[in-house]
Amino acid sequence: MPATRAALAAAVVLLAIALQLTFLTRLGLPGATPDLVLVAVVALALAHGPGFGLVTGFAAGLMVDLVPPADHEIGRWALVLALVGYAAGMARRENRRSAFVPVVVVAAAAAASVLLYAAVGAVIDDPQVTWVAVSALVPSAVLYAVVLSPFVVSAVLALVRRVEPETLFSRL
Amino acid sequence: MNRDSSRTRVLLVLLLLTATALIVVDHRGGDDSPLRGLRSVAAAFFGPVETAAAAVAGPVGDAVDRVSDLGQGTEQATELDEENQDLRRQLRTSELARNRAAELDALLGTAGAGGYRVVPAEVIAIGSAQTFSWTVTIDAGRNDGIQPDMTVINGEGLVGRVKTVGPVTSTVLLIIDPESAVGVRLEKSMEVGISSGQGNEDDGALGLQLLDAQSGVAEGDRLVSFGSQGAAPYVPGVPVGEVTSVRRSLGTLTRTATVTPFVDFTALDLVAVVVEPPRKNPRDAVLPSRPAASPAPTVTVTVTASPSPSGG
Repeated sequence: MPATRAALAAAVVLLAIALQLTFLTRLGLPGATPDLVLVAVVALALAHGPGFGLVTGFAAGLMVDLVPPADHEIGRWALVLALVGYAAGMARRENRRSAFVPVVVVAAAAAASVLLYAAVGAVIDDPQVTWVAVSALVPSAVLYAVVLSPFVVSAVLALVRRVEPETLFSRL
Repeated sequence: MNRDSSRTRVLLVLLLLTATALIVVDHRGGDDSPLRGLRSVAAAFFGPVETAAAAVAGPVGDAVDRVSDLGQGTEQATELDEENQDLRRQLRTSELARNRAAELDALLGTAGAGGYRVVPAEVIAIGSAQTFSWTVTIDAGRNDGIQPDMTVINGEGLVGRVKTVGPVTSTVLLIIDPESAVGVRLEKSMEVGISSGQGNEDDGALGLQLLDAQSGVAEGDRLVSFGSQGAAPYVPGVPVGEVTSVRRSLGTLTRTATVTPFVDFTALDLVAVVVEPPRKNPRDAVLPSRPAASPAPTVTVTVTASPSPSGG
């Protein structure tokens, strides 16, 4: 069962990365770029728990760090998304039949991801990380993630249900 | 359950330590970091995927971007009106093909005027704003003769330089990235300076530092690239931007100004990589000709030579 679970997660994450870099960044929306990868990681973490969220987040982050046109220090998104995936997975227990919890978790994850990524940048002296730049990014990042979350979370949960009916139904 | 969660916690610590180690190694190494090779490997696998995804998603994103652009800037009502008409006309004909043709025309014009040999390429992926770095992926790579530190231009001017090269894609560092600094020369006074990226601050304007504090720089002065040693990463003579404001700071050895780049980085599509620099520095021959000043009224004075009495 973990094999299909991992395969599904990999497919979801890869699709999210491709869509984010070739489509969502091109929209030229003000502020942050809608972080589809983050929402996908949170959705997978909500479905399978902290351990799975942690590994998925780390792997997805490492992909984002490596896939062109990335040019920052390798490992920055891996660190951020691993933490976000772990924390989002902790919310799985409170997730029973609530449509509200995923949205709150996604919003918190979006704000945390921008702040954490910037904090790592501040530690290693990234010249672009200023308080003004970061505070301009957080509200739009949260807004876009919240807008994406109902579609992405429900789509991912539906996929998980189809691939592994017994896991989700026994828990939810 | 308890054993499982304690195992998860150990894994959490392990992965966080791994990520931190990667960051430290990559940061210490800078451009020569041993991990940069991983980027090329990733580009080899993911480059073709991005090319395919961009072929599907790109035109849709561009169209949405164009529509959302129309909503911004209420004070430019007339401009938008014109743009609207333009868009409608373009919609009737094949919009994308026409745009591409015009962009390619401008590009060839620039390349021709400067005597650069270029490889055209299309932007297929753009970095997220959250990463604080301004980079794009183009669909030309090692197989097309692209190498690191080549200059990237488009029909409007200087775009950036090639940073990482994969087999069929490469990553371009835009001149608005804070990591980027370009040697420039003022069109009029031939003064030399350095323009550096500031990211999103100041609406994507560049900062300009002139090496001579006494130099006369004024609003409207235009800049071309000075050219790096060996024409890498920047070839000489590429239009960079126009000075929009000059800051007078007392007590500094250099003079600073703000420059608006010629290239519209929010609508980057077709670019060209200069694979062979010009034999001769084109100076400012590549700059677009200034719009002709409205003709001043001329007064014609006719003087008729009156026969002057000779002698005297």
